[in-house]
Amino acid sequence: MPALCFCYEVHEPYQLRRYTVFDMGQNSIYEDDDHNCEALLRAARLCYLPANELMLRLIRRYDGAFRLSFSISGVALDLFEQYTPEVLESFTALARTGCVEFVAETAPHSLAFLYSRQDFDRQVREQSARLEHLFGVKPVTFKNTECVYNNDLAAAVAGHGFRAVLAEGADHVLGWRSANYLYRPASAPGLALLLRNAGLSGDVGLRFSDHSWPAWPLRAETFAAWCHGLEGSADILNIFNDYHVFGLRHDKKSGIFDFMEALPGALLAHEEFSFTTPALAAENLRPVGEVDVLQFMSWEDEGRDLTAWLGNDMQKDAIHALYAMGPRTAACNSALRRDFDRLQTADHFRHMSTKWFSNEAPDRPSPFASPYDAYITYMNVLADFELRLKADESARATAAAAGKPADAAPVAKARGRVGADAALNNNTKSAVKNAGSPAPRRGGKSPAEIQDANPADTRAAGSKKTGTTRANQEKKPATLRKSRKNA
Amino acid sequence: MFGWEFPPHISGGLGTACFGMTQALARKGAEIIFVLPRIDSDVEQEGFLRLRPASGTPITEDLARRMEPTQYEHKVVWPGGVRCMPVDSPLMPYLTPHEYVRALGRHDVHESAGPAGLSVPPAPAASKMRGPRRKTFTYTLHGGYGPDLMREVLRYGRLAAALAARENFDVIHAHDWMTYPAGMLAKNITGKPLVVHIHATEYDRSGDSINEQVAGVERAGMLAADVVVAVSRLTRKTVIERYGIPPEKVLVVHNAVARHEARRRYPVPPRIRHEKRVLFLGRVTFQKGPEYFMEAARLVLQKIPEARFFMAGSGDMLPRLIRRAGQLRMGSRFHFAGFLRGEEVDRMFALSDLYVMPSVSEPFGITPLEAMLYDVPVLLSRQSGVSEVLEHALKADFWDTRDMADKICAVLRYPCLAAELVKNCHEEMKSIRWENAADQLLVIYRNVQGGH
Repeated sequence: MPALCFCYEVHEPYQLRRYTVFDMGQNSIYEDDDHNCEALLRAARLCYLPANELMLRLIRRYDGAFRLSFSISGVALDLFEQYTPEVLESFTALARTGCVEFVAETAPHSLAFLYSRQDFDRQVREQSARLEHLFGVKPVTFKNTECVYNNDLAAAVAGHGFRAVLAEGADHVLGWRSANYLYRPASAPGLALLLRNAGLSGDVGLRFSDHSWPAWPLRAETFAAWCHGLEGSADILNIFNDYHVFGLRHDKKSGIFDFMEALPGALLAHEEFSFTTPALAAENLRPVGEVDVLQFMSWEDEGRDLTAWLGNDMQKDAIHALYAMGPRTAACNSALRRDFDRLQTADHFRHMSTKWFSNEAPDRPSPFASPYDAYITYMNVLADFELRLKADESARATAAAAGKPADAAPVAKARGRVGADAALNNNTKSAVKNAGSPAPRRGGKSPAEIQDANPADTRAAGSKKTGTTRANQEKKPATLRKSRKNA
Repeated sequence: MFGWEFPPHISGGLGTACFGMTQALARKGAEIIFVLPRIDSDVEQEGFLRLRPASGTPITEDLARRMEPTQYEHKVVWPGGVRCMPVDSPLMPYLTPHEYVRALGRHDVHESAGPAGLSVPPAPAASKMRGPRRKTFTYTLHGGYGPDLMREVLRYGRLAAALAARENFDVIHAHDWMTYPAGMLAKNITGKPLVVHIHATEYDRSGDSINEQVAGVERAGMLAADVVVAVSRLTRKTVIERYGIPPEKVLVVHNAVARHEARRRYPVPPRIRHEKRVLFLGRVTFQKGPEYFMEAARLVLQKIPEARFFMAGSGDMLPRLIRRAGQLRMGSRFHFAGFLRGEEVDRMFALSDLYVMPSVSEPFGITPLEAMLYDVPVLLSRQSGVSEVLEHALKADFWDTRDMADKICAVLRYPCLAAELVKNCHEEMKSIRWENAADQLLVIYRNVQGGH
C-alpha cells in the first residue's frame, strides 16, 4: 500500500534593505518594506492563492483521499499577517478540511540548531504554539529549516514531543537503502523518520519546466506511472518541495497547476495507492530500519550539505557574529528579540554564498547585487543591532541600580547567563553522547521538560511582558539537569 | 597592426593593452608587424613581433596618387571637412604632453613621457624630397599626443599605408582612432580586410562635449572596417548607439592583464601596519572620477578616522582636488602621490588594502586587474568595462558616493570580506588572460579573411 506524502515548505523571508554604515546608529530600519510587500503580493497572486485554491478543490473532489502537509515558517506567517491576510485565511480553510497537516519548524526559518540550542528550543516552541493557535492542531511532525538534519536534531525533536521528523534521503547516508520506507533515527528510536525521495521531488520541483529534460513535458499520468512502478518496493513516497514550485519556480504557463490538478486522479487510479501525511505515516507504518546520521545534511545542492549557508568565510563570520550575541539577547526587550530572530533567517546567509554566483533559484532571488553586498549589509545591520543591545543592557542596569520594581530583571539576566552556559555545556555533552548511542535518558526526561515549558509559553503568548517569568521557567530544567548530572 | 603606443612608448592603457594582446597573439602563432609613429633607436626590439616605425617611410608618387582620391579626407567619408589643421588640447586622447608635464612639476620633457613629450616644439611638417630621380617623399613623425595631433595622425596614415604596401600580411588591425586613417588607407591600397579596435571612444574621453573631428574619424574608421572590436559590452553599446554602427559587425573582446613573472614582495612598514590604506590610481581627470573618490573618502573618514587615502596620478583636476582636500581639512589623511611609474606603481599596489576605480566612463580599465595581481581587493564603478568580467569585485555607481563609502568601510572593517574577495578573484583571474583574448581575435581574423 504505497502512499504519496506531499510536504510543501512555505517560507518568505524579511529581506534586508541596503543598510549602510551611515545608517548604523542613526536608524534601525533594517528591512526593505516595499520590496517585501511587493514580493509577497506577487507570491500571493502567482503562487499561494491559486495553489491553495487548487489544493482545496482537490481535497473536496477526492473527499479526503487527497492529503498533503505544509511546513510554514513563522516569518512567512508574520508576512502573511502583515501584507496578505487572505493567504493565511486560505491556509486556515485548508486546515479546516482535516486533510492537511501542518508541520512545525523553527519560527524564523533559522539555522539555530547549529549554533544555539537555547534559541532553537525557544523557536520551536513558539512556532508549535502558534501553529496550534492558528490551525487548531498541535503539530506532531517537525521539519528543520531546509531539511537540515542529523542525529542530534532527531534527539532534540523527540525531546520536544514530536512523533515524526522529515529529512533528505541523501544517498551518502542511505547507501543501498531506499528512501521509500519509514525509518527511525539512531538517536531517537521513538521517532518516525521520513526521507525525501530526491528523484521524484526533483522531477516536480526542479526539472518540471526544463525543456532540455528528456521527460519534458511531464504529464500527471507519466508521473503517476513512475510512482505505480514502485509498487513493490515502497511504503511511502515523500515528495517534499518548496511551495514556490507552483507559479513561481514554474510559471502557470508551464502547466504545473494542470499537472497537480490531474495528479491525484492519475495516482489514485491504481487502487493500491493513496495519499498520506507525515503524522498518519508515523502512525500507520512500521519503521524498517535505523538511520544513523552523524554529519549534518540538508536538501540543498548536489552535496546535500550546509555549504549553501556556511560555505565561505563571510557566511561563517556573519553567523558566528550573530550567535555570539545570543546569550545577551536572552533578557532583552521584545523589539530586539524580534529583530534577533529575524536576523537568523537562513536566507540572509544564502545571499552571501559565492557558490552559485550566477545560477541561484530564480524564484528566490537575492535582493543584493552580489554576495559581498549581502555580507556588507548584514554586518552593518548586526553592528547596529549590537549598539542597540548594548544600550538596552545599560538601560536595564541603570534601572536595576535605581532599585525599580524591575528588581527581577538583573536576576533573570544573571540566571539567563548561567542558564545559557549550562544549556551550552549540556548541549555539547549530549551531542557527544548522542553520537555514540541513542540517549534514553533524554527521551525519558523530555515529557517533563515539555510540560514544564508549555504553560510558560502560553502565558507568554497571553501577556507580552512575561519575559522574566519565562526565563525563570525555562532555566529550571537546564539547571536541574545539570545538578543531576553533577550528582 | 597599427598602433599609437607600445611599451615603453606609452602614456596610458592603450600601449599596455597592445603589448599584452600582441604578445599572446604571437604566442598563438600569429605574425605581427606593429607600426608605430616612431621608434627611438636606443630601444631594443621586442622579440615576438616586428616593430616598425612609420616615420621616414618613403612614399612614391604613384602611391601618393593612389592615396589621394575619395575614401578619406574631406570629400566622402569624413564629416566637417577634416583637413590638416592644428587642434587644441581638449581633443587629445589623454592629456596633452604640456599639461602632463606641467602636472608633473616641469620635469624634463624629453625623459618624462618618452616621445610623447617631443611634439611640444612646433611641428616641422617637412615633406622632404629624397633622391630627385625616384620622386619619393616622406614625413618625420613624433608620436605621442601633441597639439598638432590631427596633422600627425594624417601623416601617420599616409606613411603607415605606404609601409603596408611594402609588407606582406593578411589582416589590418588598427588600434584607436589615431590609426584609423592608416587602416582605411591601407585597406584601400592593399584590399586586405580591416579590423578596428575600440579601446576608448571620444564620448568616453570627453563626455558630451566631444571633438567632432575625432568622432568623425572614429565613425569613418568603424564604417570602413570589416569588423569592429570593442573592449567591453559597454563600449559596444556606445559604438552602436552613438556612432550608428551596424550591431552585427561589432564584437566584444575583453582585455586582460599580463602577469609579470617573479613579482617582488613589498612588506608593509611596521609603523603603518595598523592603518588601512585605500588607493586611487589613474589620471586625475573628469573621466576617472577622482572627485567621487574624495567625496567617498570624506564619508569614510567620518566613520573610520584612522583610514588613509592615496591618490596617485596627475591630471587637470589635481589642483582643484588638492584645494578641496584642504578645504575639507582631511589633508593629513588624504595624500597625493603624484604620477607613479614602474616599481613605484607596484609598491603602491602592494601597500594598499583596497583599490578604488570610480570612473565616470571607462571602456575597460586594466588597472583593477593589476591591483588584483597584488592581492588587493577592488571596488569598481559599474560604469566600467572591467566590471563585466569581474564578478568577484565590489561595485558601485560612481555617483553613489555613500554606497562607495559604505563598501570601503566594510572592506576596512571586515577582514573576512577582503579575504573572500581576493580568494575568489584569484580563481577568476585564471580565466582573464590575454591568451583568451588572442583566441577570440584569431577567430575574428580568420572570419574576415574568409569573407574576402
